[in-house]
Amino acid sequence: MASSHGTPPVFNNKVIAWIDHRLPIFSYVEKEYHTFPTPRNFNYFWNFGAIATVMLVLMIATGVVLATNYTPHVLMAFDSVERIDRDVPQGWLIRDLHMNGASFFFIAVYIHIFRGMYYGSYKAPRELLWILGVVIFLLMMATAFMGYVLPWGQMSFWGATVITSLFSAIPVVGDSIVTWLWGGFSIGNPTLNRFFALHYLLPFIIVAVVALHVVALHVHGSNNPLGIDPKGPQDTVPFHPYYTMKDGFGVVVFLIVYSIVVFFAPDYLGDAANYIQADPLVTPTHIVPEWYFLPFYAILRAVPDKLGGVIAMFGAIAVLFVLPWLDTSRVRSATFRPIYKWCMLLLVIDVVVLGFCGANPPAGFWIPLSQVATLYYFFHFLILLPVLGKIERPLPLPPSIADAVLKKKAG
Amino acid sequence: MRRLIVSGAIALAALATGAVAIAAGTEAHPPHKHWHFQGPFGTYDRAAAQRGYQVYAEVCAACHSLSLLAYRNLTELGLTENQVKGLIKDIQVPDLNDDGQPIERPARLSDSFRKPFPNAAAAAAANNGKAPPDLSVIVKAREGGPDYIYALLTGYVPFDKLTPEQIKEFAVTKDDNFNAYFPGHKIAMAPPLSDDKVTYADGTKATLSQEASDVTEFLAWASEPYMEDRKRTGVRVILFLLALAGLMYAVKRQVWSNKH
Repeated sequence: MASSHGTPPVFNNKVIAWIDHRLPIFSYVEKEYHTFPTPRNFNYFWNFGAIATVMLVLMIATGVVLATNYTPHVLMAFDSVERIDRDVPQGWLIRDLHMNGASFFFIAVYIHIFRGMYYGSYKAPRELLWILGVVIFLLMMATAFMGYVLPWGQMSFWGATVITSLFSAIPVVGDSIVTWLWGGFSIGNPTLNRFFALHYLLPFIIVAVVALHVVALHVHGSNNPLGIDPKGPQDTVPFHPYYTMKDGFGVVVFLIVYSIVVFFAPDYLGDAANYIQADPLVTPTHIVPEWYFLPFYAILRAVPDKLGGVIAMFGAIAVLFVLPWLDTSRVRSATFRPIYKWCMLLLVIDVVVLGFCGANPPAGFWIPLSQVATLYYFFHFLILLPVLGKIERPLPLPPSIADAVLKKKAG
Repeated sequence: MRRLIVSGAIALAALATGAVAIAAGTEAHPPHKHWHFQGPFGTYDRAAAQRGYQVYAEVCAACHSLSLLAYRNLTELGLTENQVKGLIKDIQVPDLNDDGQPIERPARLSDSFRKPFPNAAAAAAANNGKAPPDLSVIVKAREGGPDYIYALLTGYVPFDKLTPEQIKEFAVTKDDNFNAYFPGHKIAMAPPLSDDKVTYADGTKATLSQEASDVTEFLAWASEPYMEDRKRTGVRVILFLLALAGLMYAVKRQVWSNKH
């Protein structure tokens, strides 16, 4: 995959040369993260892949430490989390980093997904790269959901009840599947134990899929804000130091925002009810998932039929898998698509509206609003995108990246 | 202010959905009160929290446990070990003797706070079927946090002050406790505090409002005893990251200077 990245590096250090001759890790890093030719015109949206990677590593590091102090038992889990806060040295820091890290991992990934959509990064030849990304997103959702169950608060318990009960909507085998998921006839200790085991396992599967995502990325290189392919060395810069520095700067800025929440409002994104120990006999007034699931939760509740709601919710993610084929336009970047640009803005507004619908009790005007927003979500992907590619007249593309960059500089 | 900063940060991160506050019901919204521990540099008012411990020990502890705290934690409120030993000298905690027989012995610093009932069933049986909640994280476990706790403790309305509409709408009887801030208004807990319910050692006048605000300060500390450490660490971390971001930006500009 690296044949086009220039001549193989020569290592002066004998030890490195000896190792590299047998196990070419140094050549790999040299080719893929140093000389790797990268479009010179990235904007700051291109930081979020690196930021998401940093968050993934941070989540695993803090998660392993938490796991050494956590007790996955229905009678002890809640108190063991509080013990981490109170009695483990700097335990509060590790837990606040992990708890809010989930939110900030999703923030980074949502911006990363938006960037991919706005600049058409999913189009040929990057369809598999995109699909691997959607797989990572799905794995993240499963991991986050099971992680939220572990503190065994009221929202943990009732959120788990709502989500696992969704499977009972499946005809014939639904109830058996739910019993199998729970490890019993209600959510209990076996459920908590398996969620803990899976919550520990899935992040490492995410790491593996991220590795594939990066391999696929490095075949054809990154897309860029213009959406046109680099035509020669004048259009690219070596990844290092140009983008290592730019990504590094972006990561630090992101960490500042993250730190503000971790240190000054650690419970702002959470639900107060999760500081009440799970009680199977007391249902909270409003069962709401974490904020990053709210748009999908709204889609689930927008459909009056249970099975229909489940299908719509999973369908909302399933459409992302086929996005590369739903979008019929040959132009990647929204910069040159005068109508699509506004459709993307509408889609973002639509998803935010869905988020508000998911956060509020399904009553009054929230019901029709969530239904309209759900319809628009599917309209965007299933009708608008295929049709728009046929009827939209894109603006003329610049001849090359260098040309566009230098013209912008001169003008 | 904290909300403002965070809201800005969240908006920046394109996270409008996270800021959704869920308000529901007919209960009055607890009025906002200024707390010593608010804001990025806020600390616990030690004197108020010590008085609040007295309110807890003399009033709340009859029904509410505080299971996540140990007596040794009280030294974090600015008390010496000997002062804490003095405070707990009359408290008896359950234990087993060398023969394995249940006994009661004087509490030590290392003991967890004494629970008012031997188990949840006993607590429920003594309180009309519903065990009084543990107060260890109560300030974090309620929407509105300290404002809600304070409003609840001071928000009782005597039966003869209720309007006929309220009595009708919430089916209140003379035996019910009506609280303006409790969801559904009818609360099992009788008004726990009143003027001069306790006598403060430091001479502070024990009004209902003073007692409620002191015990809220104490419970806020009990919910998050590490809060001051968190904020101090946060200030250092953010100053470091700001300096690092400045350096990174300067180097990034330098690296890119020949490219644009």
